[in-house]
Amino acid sequence: MRSTACALLYSMGLAAMVSLLTGCERPSMETVQRGYRGNGMELVINPRLQAEQIAKNEAPESLPPASSDGPRAAQVYQNVKVLGHLSAGEFTRTMVSITNWVAPQQGCTYCHNPANFADDSLYTKVVARRMLQMTQRVNADWKPHVGATGVTCYTCHRGNPVPAEVWFAQAPSGRPGAMLGSKAGQNEPALQVGYTSLPSDPFSTYLLGAQEVRVAAKTALPDRFEKNPAGTMSAEHTYGLMMHFSKSLGVNCTYCHNTRAMGEWTNNPVTRQTAWYGIRMVRELNTAFLDPLGPVYPAQRLGELGDAPKANCATCHQGAYKPLHGASMLAAHPELASYPGASKVAANAVTATAGSGDPKGDKKSKRAQSD
Amino acid sequence: MAEYQNIFTRVQVRSALYPGAPFEVPSDKREANSSFFSRILGIFGDPQVGPTYLGFTGIASLVCGLIAFEIIGLNMWASVNWDPKEFLRQLFWLALEPPAPEWGLRFPPLNQGGWWLVAGFFLTTAILLWWVRMYRRAVALGMGTHVPWAFASAIWLYLVLGFIRPLLMGSWSEAVPFGIFPHLDWTAAFSLRYGNLFYNPFHMLSIVFLYGSALLFAMHGATILAVSRLGGEREIEQIVDRGTATERAALFWRWTMGFNATMESIHRWAWWFAVLTTLTGGIGILLTGTVVDNWYLWAVKHHVAPAYPQIWPEYIDPYSAPTQLPQTAPQPVTGGVK
Repeated sequence: MRSTACALLYSMGLAAMVSLLTGCERPSMETVQRGYRGNGMELVINPRLQAEQIAKNEAPESLPPASSDGPRAAQVYQNVKVLGHLSAGEFTRTMVSITNWVAPQQGCTYCHNPANFADDSLYTKVVARRMLQMTQRVNADWKPHVGATGVTCYTCHRGNPVPAEVWFAQAPSGRPGAMLGSKAGQNEPALQVGYTSLPSDPFSTYLLGAQEVRVAAKTALPDRFEKNPAGTMSAEHTYGLMMHFSKSLGVNCTYCHNTRAMGEWTNNPVTRQTAWYGIRMVRELNTAFLDPLGPVYPAQRLGELGDAPKANCATCHQGAYKPLHGASMLAAHPELASYPGASKVAANAVTATAGSGDPKGDKKSKRAQSD
Repeated sequence: MAEYQNIFTRVQVRSALYPGAPFEVPSDKREANSSFFSRILGIFGDPQVGPTYLGFTGIASLVCGLIAFEIIGLNMWASVNWDPKEFLRQLFWLALEPPAPEWGLRFPPLNQGGWWLVAGFFLTTAILLWWVRMYRRAVALGMGTHVPWAFASAIWLYLVLGFIRPLLMGSWSEAVPFGIFPHLDWTAAFSLRYGNLFYNPFHMLSIVFLYGSALLFAMHGATILAVSRLGGEREIEQIVDRGTATERAALFWRWTMGFNATMESIHRWAWWFAVLTTLTGGIGILLTGTVVDNWYLWAVKHHVAPAYPQIWPEYIDPYSAPTQLPQTAPQPVTGGVK
C-alpha cells in the first residue's frame, strides 16, 4: 500500500515534469554575442531550425541580361504603363522573370488574356501592374529599410501567385456582443503573436492603422504637461507586434533592442532603426498599394471580412533576419529599382545598417571589440 | 538513521482522533465525526484531517470566492463559445480582462470590463473576510496574530495591483487581468511601459526578500532536519532550554559563516523576509506610473544604472529626422484596353 502510493506519486511527478517540456526546442542552441560583454545581449539560434530556414531562403538564378537597344516596349506593345521605357528585349525578360517568380505553374495566362496580351480584363494583370509600382517604390524610396539589397517580386512570392505570408482583418473571437465571454481582442494562442495571450491583431493596429508603437515614458518622472498617453494595455499591443517581428525574422529581442531599456535609442543595435523604417514602409504598402486593391480582387481572394490580402514583416522576411539572407536579386533587375519621379532619399541610414544585420558576421567583430 | 534521510515524513503517529485544544467550544462538544486520518497527507504533514471551523466569516468568504470564481470561469468558458474541449485547450490563455482605458474609473457594460469589476469586488471581499476569519481564529486560540499580519502583507500587494494603483492612475485598465498567461503578459507589458521594473529599488528589495525567504527557509529546514536525530525538532523548547541539537547547529553555522541565528530569531528572520517581500513589492508597484514614469531613466538620473561602452554606431531616434521619410506614394496607373 505504502509503496504503491509512493510509486504513484513519483510517476505523477515525473509525468508532470516531462509534460512541461513538450513545448520546448531541444538543445543545444548557438549563442551569438551582440553587445557589450556580460549584458545578456545575445542572439539565440537553433542551428537545426536555421539549417531548414536557410534552405528555404535561397535566391534563384536571374535570367541573362537583355540588350537595352532597340525600340521601347511602349512602342512595340500596347497598354504598357509602368515598364514602357525598357527595350522590348528587357521588357520580355522582366515578364518571363515575373512568370518564374509568381506563376511558374500557371504561366503567362495567369495574368494575360491569351487572345490579347494587352487586355486588362484579368484582375491579376491589374494587380501585377500595381505590384510593379509598389516594388519600384520600395526600392527607390524605402532604402532606409531595404538598403541597396532591395526587393523583387520573388522576395514575397517565392513561386506562389499569392505570397505564403499575407494577412486579413479578423472578426473578433469570443463573444464581444453577448452578455459575457468577450476576449477583448486577446487571450488565445494566436500564431501571429507567437502563441502568447497578447492582443492578437497587431497588423490592423500598427501596419494598417498608425497607432504609436512606442510606449515607454521619455522622462523619469511623470511629465504633467506632456503626459505619456500610453498605458499598460498599450504596451501589451506593442508587445504583440514585437512578437510578430521576432517570429517573422527568426530573432529574439536583442537583435534590435538593448533590452535593459527597450525604449532607448542610444547604445542600441542599429537594426532597430531599420525596423522603425520597416514599420512605416509596410504601413504605406498596406494603405497605398495593397488595401485599395480590394475592389479589384474576386471574392475568393478576399478575407472573411471582405478585405484585400495585406503585407506584414513575414511577407518578405519569411523567417530570415534579412529576406533571402540578404542576397540581392535587384542588381540583375534594374527595371525594378526606381520609377520616374522617385524622391531622392539619402541612404545614410542604410550605410549605418549595412553589414550590422548579419548575426554570424557580427560574432567575431563584436567579441573582438568587447573582450 | 535512515528514518531521517527521507524527503517525506517517515513517522506517522496514530492514536484516537484529537479534537484540539479546549477553547471557546469545549473539545468534547466538537464534531469529532468530521475528522479522519489520511496516509497520503501524513507523508506531507499531520495525518489527521479536521476538525475544521468555518463560522460566519469563513462561509461568507467561501461564498464570495465562489461567486468570483464562477464569474471568471464562466466568462472564460463563454469566450470559447461554451466549447468544453477548447476551454481545456485554451485554459492557460483565457482571461477576464479589466475595462479598456477609455472607461477610466467608470463602470462599463458587463462584457466590456464590468464583469471584471464585479469579480474583483467579490474576490476582494472573500480575501478580506478570510483575513478576518484568520485573525479571529488566532485570537480564539490565544495565539499571536503573526499569521494574519503576514497574510495582510500579501493582501496589500494584491490591493495595490488591482485597486489602489488603478484608482490613483484614474483607470481600471491599469489593473491586472484574471488569467494564467494574461496576467504574466500584463507583468511583462507593465515593466515595458514603465521603463524596466528591474530598476525599481522596491522591486529590487522585494526580490531580495523573496529569494532571501527561500534561502532562509532552506537553511532553517535543513538545519533542523540535520539535528533532528539529536532532538532538534523540539526547536521551540530549545529556545529556552538549549540542548545538544542547538549547540551543534549553532556551531555548524559559526564554523561555516561565523554567525548563527538562534532557535527563536531564525523564525523572526523568516517572518520578516516573507512579510517584506510583498510589502516592498506593493510599494514598488504603487510608485510606478504615479510617482515614477520610467524606472530606467530614474536609475540613470540617480546613478543606479551603470553606463557601458558604446558598441554600435551612434544614431538618433528617427523621429528627430522625419525628412528621411519618403513623400507620397505614386498613384495607380490604369490601363486602357479591356
